[in-house]
Amino acid sequence: MPSHDASQSAAVTLADVTVAFRLADGGSFTAVENADLSVAPGEFVAIVGPTGCGKSTLLNVAAGLMTAAAGSVAIFGEPLGGINRKAGYLFQGDALFPWKTAVENVAIGLEVSGVDPRDAQARAQTWLTSVGLGAFANRYPHMLSGGQRKRVGLAQVLIRDPKILLMDEPFGPLDAQTRQIMGNLLLDLWTAERKAVLFVTHDLEEAIALADRVVIMSAGPQSRIIGNWTVPLPRPRDIFEIRLDKTFHDLHREIWGVLKSEVMKGYQQSANVAQGMAV
Amino acid sequence: MNRVQLIGWQILVGVTLIGLWQVLTTVPIFGVTLLPPFFFSTPEKVVERIVKWFVEGTIWRHLAITLTEAILAFVIGSLGGALVGFWFARQQTVAAVFDPYVKMMNALPRVVLAPIFALWLGLGIWSKVALGITLVFFVVFFNVYQGVKETSSTLVDNARMLGMSERQLLRHVYWPSALSWMFSSLHTSVGFAVVGAVVGEYLGSAAGLGYLIQQAEGTFDVAGVFAGMTVLALFVVVIDWLVTKVEQRLLVWRPNASAERM
Repeated sequence: MPSHDASQSAAVTLADVTVAFRLADGGSFTAVENADLSVAPGEFVAIVGPTGCGKSTLLNVAAGLMTAAAGSVAIFGEPLGGINRKAGYLFQGDALFPWKTAVENVAIGLEVSGVDPRDAQARAQTWLTSVGLGAFANRYPHMLSGGQRKRVGLAQVLIRDPKILLMDEPFGPLDAQTRQIMGNLLLDLWTAERKAVLFVTHDLEEAIALADRVVIMSAGPQSRIIGNWTVPLPRPRDIFEIRLDKTFHDLHREIWGVLKSEVMKGYQQSANVAQGMAV
Repeated sequence: MNRVQLIGWQILVGVTLIGLWQVLTTVPIFGVTLLPPFFFSTPEKVVERIVKWFVEGTIWRHLAITLTEAILAFVIGSLGGALVGFWFARQQTVAAVFDPYVKMMNALPRVVLAPIFALWLGLGIWSKVALGITLVFFVVFFNVYQGVKETSSTLVDNARMLGMSERQLLRHVYWPSALSWMFSSLHTSVGFAVVGAVVGEYLGSAAGLGYLIQQAEGTFDVAGVFAGMTVLALFVVVIDWLVTKVEQRLLVWRPNASAERM
């Protein structure tokens, strides 16, 4: 990756960000503490951490769906207030509008920004074709498989041509093979037009296979960023093949050494919480 | 069981029940007629009466009036329920203020309102429409309220990220979501609209199916009562079938609505 002056031109800059939730009993819960993270334009960064470490929280802050209790968020050098207009967000759960067909779902992002509906539909059709769903334009989401719905979701986000792509375990609900196929599709689309990507996952293999840089978070609460690895694998990559690469294995072992203890901690903590609730 | 077999069984149940009725009212068993025709009439007489109504054409006026009342009650009640439900769901303060009154109104048995409506609106169709509205309104209101409140937060977040303004969010997310809940209560609310109309007519009117039944009861004309009930039942079945058709058109995007009623 070409190096950028992080503070000047970074697509996303999170500086010393702390996120806290107010609890029902009046107390507060700190999900993420003092997180520093910047993503250069065109850079693919994956955030990996144990369950409940606040990865998604960090993503929501970058999206402007949540505000940080402390610290600052800047998008291309501009402080972020409200929704991040330069970002597209691919959610973990089903986020397609069930009452709209595939093509209507893809077109809606253009329609609401004032593009002529017929023009929007035509462009949506082109996008559906490029995610391999050209023949499924008039299906409703419930008539599509999980993987197909994710493809529609990807087209829905990319049609607006966001400069930043935020992804919250987007392929989490899919089976292993479909995940790899979706990973390759994502890399193809990203290679065609490089956007800054912030990709949250709990799957370290997926993170290394996709990203330029892997960021590790500690177990929550008060989760922090505890590691930052550059992935030296060449591009273009094929996710099916890359897992056999030696560099991949060495890097995986190295990062896993750090991540493992956090995963165990996270598991222990959630077990304690579950026990506390049961009592 | 396939479709033909199912219909066969359904017809068999009907024929058995009517046959039993016919036998018990006409054939003495050990010298006793178990169902005296004076109180139970006979299927024969009931059919005779229905045929007479349709041949003479007197029934059409009553059907038309009941239908008009039910449609008006349904349309006005649904519209009101949807709008107020939507408003309350988006304005939680308003909902909190009105909450006890909504509960009180809904807990009230609507039959007691019928004389009041007759007093206020006269014996014409509007007192029946008003009664129907009080029934339909709450069904739709609660469904829409719940539907808007339970709109998936992921969907709302996604809509925001796709650049929707508050107004576009209402139009593309909250409103379709509320409508889908309203349509899921369509059968119930249409049924209530008919109930409102018929009960209203029964308690005081000059026309309609409820009036017909009430008149027959007043003269111990049991055949007339059963004939009125039969026509009413067929009327409701036809309406329900129409509602199913409408539902299929409107909720094509729903997983079960399109698969279930093939």
